[in-house]
Amino acid sequence: MREKAIYLLAILAALVMIPNLKTVFMDLPDEAMQGAIYRIIFIHVPAAINAQIFFTVSLITSILFLVKKNFVWDSISVSCIEVGTMLVLVNLVTGSIWGRNQWGIWWAWDLRMTSQLMCFLLYLGYLLVRPAIAEPTQRATLSAFVAIFAYADIPLVLMAIRLPNVRTQHPGPVLETGTMAKEFHAPFGLGVLAVFLICTALILIRQHQETAQREIDSLRRELHSI
Amino acid sequence: MKRGLITALAIAKKDLQTELRTKESINASASFALVILVLFSFAFDLGREELYAIAGGLLWLVFSFAGALIVNRSFARELPNDCLDVLIASPAPAWSIFLGKSVAAFFLLFIVELISLPVFGLFYNIHWTQNFPGLLLVMALATWGITVVGTAFSAVTVNIRLRELMLPVLLYPILIPLLIGAMGTTTALLQGEPMSGEAIASLRLLIGFDVIYTSLALYMIEFILIV
Repeated sequence: MREKAIYLLAILAALVMIPNLKTVFMDLPDEAMQGAIYRIIFIHVPAAINAQIFFTVSLITSILFLVKKNFVWDSISVSCIEVGTMLVLVNLVTGSIWGRNQWGIWWAWDLRMTSQLMCFLLYLGYLLVRPAIAEPTQRATLSAFVAIFAYADIPLVLMAIRLPNVRTQHPGPVLETGTMAKEFHAPFGLGVLAVFLICTALILIRQHQETAQREIDSLRRELHSI
Repeated sequence: MKRGLITALAIAKKDLQTELRTKESINASASFALVILVLFSFAFDLGREELYAIAGGLLWLVFSFAGALIVNRSFARELPNDCLDVLIASPAPAWSIFLGKSVAAFFLLFIVELISLPVFGLFYNIHWTQNFPGLLLVMALATWGITVVGTAFSAVTVNIRLRELMLPVLLYPILIPLLIGAMGTTTALLQGEPMSGEAIASLRLLIGFDVIYTSLALYMIEFILIV
């Protein structure tokens, strides 16, 4: 059942992504100001949007684990956070490349970039502390606690970086008015969908590994106790 | 509720008393803070204006390093002789154990800060006494933020491998918004600017951080201590 779901998601993702890539690279015209590089937006922004979606899912599943003590929720949390952290990294790296091309610098401490980097560091802490805890219930509980604390920090980070007169490097329309040419809407939406489908498949694979790992651990403990 | 608060007070008193008798973490933390302060003077060669511009940043880096050393001991102090198990098994609710430990850590870190501040002023020739009440307020708010999150994570890491390494990895990213706020306000206050506009906004952020994490930690600490 799970395997079928993974294959189905992967096939769906391919069906969405391949024609979409063709549209993005072959059909859409170059942007007036930026030339060809603007196409990075079809990876850059979907990665960020999906990362936020998966972090939110991990918050919900972490709370569910603390309430229900069911390990399924824990395995979903860790899978979502791993994939989400990877997506934030994709977002940072593509953004950095884009910034180098357009602004001439790899990194600027502007508000979007800073908040994404903080997000990355917060969840990196989660991924580092998890393997250090041996006992499964303890690991799941403490990880859930860390995940909730990390998520609560996101709005505070957003508030903090707005404090001093932070000059933003990001173009105004992206942050405030949000207008994009009509012909970009469909490929952009499909880009978000494709990343979502691929990452959901990845999460299912990772969750399966997590469950198998826990079973192996418990068998090993049983063996030791004999 | 009232009994819980009394228990919290008793635990804070116990922690402070143990610490003031042995002085193990406060000595280490204060001398560490001094060493870092001295090291900074070799790291930068700055004029007066520039020094004032980064003073808040330097100060809060020192305070957060010193804070990590103090909160690290909060729960680890109870490990010998299985004191932690006894505390958890006692009728005291988990939140009052946590609150007591946070209060104790708060006072210890505050003492370290009050020792480092004049030394900082002396080494770097900075007039820290202007706007002192405002500075105390910022220090109190940010120190509470550091100790409440730090004590919560100290409860998370107390039983795991590499405790001393894991605590800073978890703690500092969470503290970033708090430190951004504290650094900005402290710099402004040290430069002699009055509490206004930007400083008030930072103060609001500090209060928000404290309220969110204090309530979150008090509510969730039960799950952490009893696993």
